[in-house]
Amino acid sequence: MPYEQYETVIGLETHVELATKTKLFCGCSTEFGGKPNSHTCPVCTGMPGSLPVLNRQALKYAIAVGLATHCEITRHSKFDRKNYFYPDNPQNYQISQLYLPICRNGWVEISTPSGKKKIGIHEIHMEEDAGKLIHDEWTDSSLVDYNRSGVPLIEIVSEPDMRSGEEVTAYLEKLRLILSYLGASDCKLEEGSMRADVNISVRPAGSSLFGTRCEMKNINSFKAIERCIRGEAERQIERIEEDKKEVVQETRRWDDNKESSKAMRSKEDAKDYRYFPDPDLVPIDVSDELLAEIKEEQPEFQEEKAVRYKEEYGLPDGDIRVLTSDKRLAEIFEETAKLSGLPKKASNWLIVETQQLMKEKNEEPKDLHFSPEHLAVLIKMADENKVSSGAARQIFNAVYENDCDPEAYAKEKGLLIVHDEGALRAAAEKAIDSNPKAAADYRAGKEKAIGALVGFVMKELHGKADPGQAGQLLAGLLKN
Amino acid sequence: MEIKDMTAVGLSAGIRSGETSVREALDCVLKSISENEDRIHAYVTLEEPEKLYKEAEIIQKKIDDGSLKGPLSGVPIAVKDNMCLAGMPTTCSSKILENFHSTYTAEAVRRLKDAGVLILGKTNMDEFAMGSTTETSAFGPTRNPRNPDHVPGGSSGGSAAAVAAGECFGALGSDTGGSIREPASFCGVTGLKPTYGTVSRYGLVAYGSSLDQIGPLARDVTDCAAILSVISGHDPKDSTSLERKDTDFLSCLNEGIRGMKIGIPKAYFGAGLDQEVGDAVLKAASEMKSLGAEVSEFDLDYTDYAVPCYYTIADAEASSNLERFDGIKYGYRAKDYEGLHDMYKKTRSQGFGPEVRRRIMLGSFILSSGYYDAYYLKALRVKALIRKAFDKAFSGFDLILGPAAPNTAPLLGTSLSDPLKMYLGDIYTVPANLAGLPGIVLPCGTDAKGLPVGVQLMADCFSENKLLRAAYAYEESQKAAGRKCSGCRE
Repeated sequence: MPYEQYETVIGLETHVELATKTKLFCGCSTEFGGKPNSHTCPVCTGMPGSLPVLNRQALKYAIAVGLATHCEITRHSKFDRKNYFYPDNPQNYQISQLYLPICRNGWVEISTPSGKKKIGIHEIHMEEDAGKLIHDEWTDSSLVDYNRSGVPLIEIVSEPDMRSGEEVTAYLEKLRLILSYLGASDCKLEEGSMRADVNISVRPAGSSLFGTRCEMKNINSFKAIERCIRGEAERQIERIEEDKKEVVQETRRWDDNKESSKAMRSKEDAKDYRYFPDPDLVPIDVSDELLAEIKEEQPEFQEEKAVRYKEEYGLPDGDIRVLTSDKRLAEIFEETAKLSGLPKKASNWLIVETQQLMKEKNEEPKDLHFSPEHLAVLIKMADENKVSSGAARQIFNAVYENDCDPEAYAKEKGLLIVHDEGALRAAAEKAIDSNPKAAADYRAGKEKAIGALVGFVMKELHGKADPGQAGQLLAGLLKN
Repeated sequence: MEIKDMTAVGLSAGIRSGETSVREALDCVLKSISENEDRIHAYVTLEEPEKLYKEAEIIQKKIDDGSLKGPLSGVPIAVKDNMCLAGMPTTCSSKILENFHSTYTAEAVRRLKDAGVLILGKTNMDEFAMGSTTETSAFGPTRNPRNPDHVPGGSSGGSAAAVAAGECFGALGSDTGGSIREPASFCGVTGLKPTYGTVSRYGLVAYGSSLDQIGPLARDVTDCAAILSVISGHDPKDSTSLERKDTDFLSCLNEGIRGMKIGIPKAYFGAGLDQEVGDAVLKAASEMKSLGAEVSEFDLDYTDYAVPCYYTIADAEASSNLERFDGIKYGYRAKDYEGLHDMYKKTRSQGFGPEVRRRIMLGSFILSSGYYDAYYLKALRVKALIRKAFDKAFSGFDLILGPAAPNTAPLLGTSLSDPLKMYLGDIYTVPANLAGLPGIVLPCGTDAKGLPVGVQLMADCFSENKLLRAAYAYEESQKAAGRKCSGCRE
């Protein structure tokens, strides 16, 4: 069967680090970095006699993500122990959720060039991160840093509903958007606060049966995911078509440099984790009050914002897409639009100049620190012709950089347009006197000749004149 | 009265009234320790005397300036070696934790210290609290002060023996399946296992987390009540800790036993129970009746299932709880090994004793895929049924009375060869752990060899007051009759 007649079936297990200040079961800081083992206590280092206590904020984040992904919230949930020996795991069991995960049966909608599609969420469960092993070549020994141990994660398990790398990327973008709107995670794939294991199988297109799947690990970027999916699907089809063999269910490690994968372990040597409910933690009963509190705190998400922006501001779809791609950007926009009363202009500044500056400075929306007040003032200044468009861009650079007051800055730098009729008239007269040829040409009917005269006026007034106003004045003078 | 014959509460009152001092109390226990410890081996670690005297001085000052006035201030007390105490080793009587020093102090121990208690040291126990004789200790057995040829019971055998031998004025033990109550019975002292969740488990090295409770072993009922009052109460560091407000267990003692309904499960007095033990326990029941209690027999369902249910749950939890002892972070590590897996294997094979290894193996099997439903889940269902059977019983009775063990203390060296028989000996104590109930054991006589027999009372959850009232009334009647009670040395 030709390769094109195969369909790739993909499901994702996405691990997301929650943005809590403290760890899942103790009060230690979750801050990244720090001296090895400086963010630890008896609980997250598995000392004898220590006991876990659930971080309420982590639970709230997990439920909030579940609500945003249309999941059923498990009102009586539990933590289970996943037992396995490894030095990065101080208790030799990880506290996770197997039997009663906090969220189940949800979906998210993705958009790709081929249209909209719902991707099912099988479940979302909470678990703790492990520590980090460092091999010291000098002493030929391994060292353990437990700073990461106990950092709260959620694992979002999708249904096998995706069919291409494009859909997977759209799905992850969607999750990233939801998580960042909620403030539930930093969602940095490259820094490990969001990582995905990809389950891939192939089958003849149109078949309703699933092929044997492989779980791909060690995928560290969005680009790598697309490469991995393509590579693994090809490997499986080749195995079926050329080697005439069946795909073996196994876990494989993706090497993005070589663009190939290696088998880590097969289903047969899958570990027996001896899961059982953690007796040190009481069951989580999600009360009506807690659920109501979390619902109350849910933000307006992208889709709702997009609809509203269309209705309320009449913005073009392209603008809306950029503005709502980030909650912080959307918030700046809404505030600026309100304060300036000029939504389309506010949008323009945010989707053109702001994006350009962010790109130059390698910054993200969360790094933006100028106030909507100052941007609104600038927009009004430009709208009221108090500054030229070039000057406005110059002022915006300063606002972006230091959140300075645009009016004060324009005054200080002498960027305000001269609306002084006398000064303008003097400059215009000087222009006509100094450029007799241009004046004559204009009078002879060559309208374009006025450009040179306007340019002279602008130069004379150091760019602080309104070119339109200067043109009108010149035309009046030349008629006489 | 000589200091050595005082109860903890009596001693503290004496210290606070200036009749005696913390130093004299310490002199007394240290003398008793020097006379008995070589023979009894109740302790794994004893605090250095200089440090104790220094601490005694600090406590005395606080008593003198009025900042310490609790009913246990100035009293020397011992702590079972599975409770963390910063500044002293915490070994769980295991080679794998030999020389392990905890960086923090268990909540229950911290509360004792805050109440002005002088912590003498850490008592011997069955390794990781697994055993009923204190013979599985990696540091050698403890002997029963009543007769050194016999075991003190276990796993809190060191604590029970230390109380019985006058090597302390009270002790903390832990009870997962009877580990406070059985040694109390064997050593002739009073021991109480509180309702699950009453005393914080923070800093107690876990055996079976859903069953473990810390409780007192003491010279009499009043001392038990006093210690429990100090160590109980909510602790946010333990998720299973209860928000209990009723933690004054002393003021109820005089309320008497009259009118209380006491049930005796018929099955507790069937085959397997030593005749002399049964007789002594039933005699205690009839004395309670003569004190005004209504005593009657009844059928308690699921009695036969308690022991298998208990060992399934406890071993499963233990197999996971003990995974952290791996030679990586602390404790014993095998000397020669090749690679990580070999290090784990050798460290754990050499570091754990045979009983602990057996329970880890059993527990791992119980939780392994394919068996989990058949064993662990089924045991949880049986546990729920046992709980229901007790709910039914407590709808008609205030207390349930029975033995604490089928026999008196066995001879040293006779128990470990038949672990199954040893496990079956837990039949009277494990139900309280499975149902989360409080239970108290106090002396009610001796057998022909002079070995103590204990009677056990169980109450519904949160009903420690009923237990203590009834036990106190019985104890008072025994004292009045001139019979020797718990803790009083021969």
